[in-house]
Amino acid sequence: MKVGVITFPGTLDDVDAARAVRLAGAEPVALWHGDADLRGVEAVVVPGGFSYGDYLRAGAIARFAPVMGEVVAAARRGMPVLGICNGFQVLCEAGLLPGALLRNAGLHFVCRDQTLRVERTSTAWTGSYEQGVEIVIPVKNMDGRFTASKSTVDELEGEGRVVFRYVGGNPNGSVGDIAGICSTDGRVVGLMPHPEHAVDALTGPSADGLGIFRSVLGSVPA
Amino acid sequence: MARVVVDVMPKPEILDPQGQAVANALPRLGFAGVSDVRQGKHFELEVDDSVDDRTLERIAEGFLSNPVVEDFVVRRVES
Repeated sequence: MKVGVITFPGTLDDVDAARAVRLAGAEPVALWHGDADLRGVEAVVVPGGFSYGDYLRAGAIARFAPVMGEVVAAARRGMPVLGICNGFQVLCEAGLLPGALLRNAGLHFVCRDQTLRVERTSTAWTGSYEQGVEIVIPVKNMDGRFTASKSTVDELEGEGRVVFRYVGGNPNGSVGDIAGICSTDGRVVGLMPHPEHAVDALTGPSADGLGIFRSVLGSVPA
Repeated sequence: MARVVVDVMPKPEILDPQGQAVANALPRLGFAGVSDVRQGKHFELEVDDSVDDRTLERIAEGFLSNPVVEDFVVRRVES
């Protein structure tokens, strides 16, 4: 299975994301922001970093990149898309996920190992986890406070579209301790913490993040 | 040519920790009497006569602001 990993100017975590895809048993394919071409991939990871320097707003400029037009079209057809950190911000700006990510309530850049609870396993990216399991993966961001209108939050909670929730302390003031959400069809998932930094015990706090990249293998027809 | 100003502010119900930090700093710096601060963005655009109000609205709503969390005001300040 081919999984695309997008690189924008200012992306930082594309190399780790590609490594995570490879460790999960899939073939990572580099996708370039300026090319309106998904190169035959069956899923896409929008990795973390500071695309376009976070100018204007995090993700606000990246959403207009030529590759994103293709990602939005493919996601509307059901292609699995994962947005991590800045990638989550890009997916919100692009309208694939609701809400917005704002400056951390504590105004500090937060970088630490974070416990999350997997709240929903019926998505393209969480099928390999047990419902309710707690995982530990790094969080590292400045603008991670998930914010949405009350009606949107009620809709997300009511439809079971909160995929990950912070446990043992909310790092950024996100409403409802929300760390990650999904689209109505469960194919598009965004989260602020970084599963690609927790794929083996040598370089991460755990290998708990690998399950996200393994999950997508089972989410598309062979 | 005209100058157009676009002011973008966090919606009233949105927590603005940056504005709060500024508000909290003022008494420490000896400035009394400021009860609240909200922080936003101010854009100045130099536009030619072909840019109509509808286009300015689209620029402000679709790019300069995020309507999920921000309000905007567009003003033509000189022509």
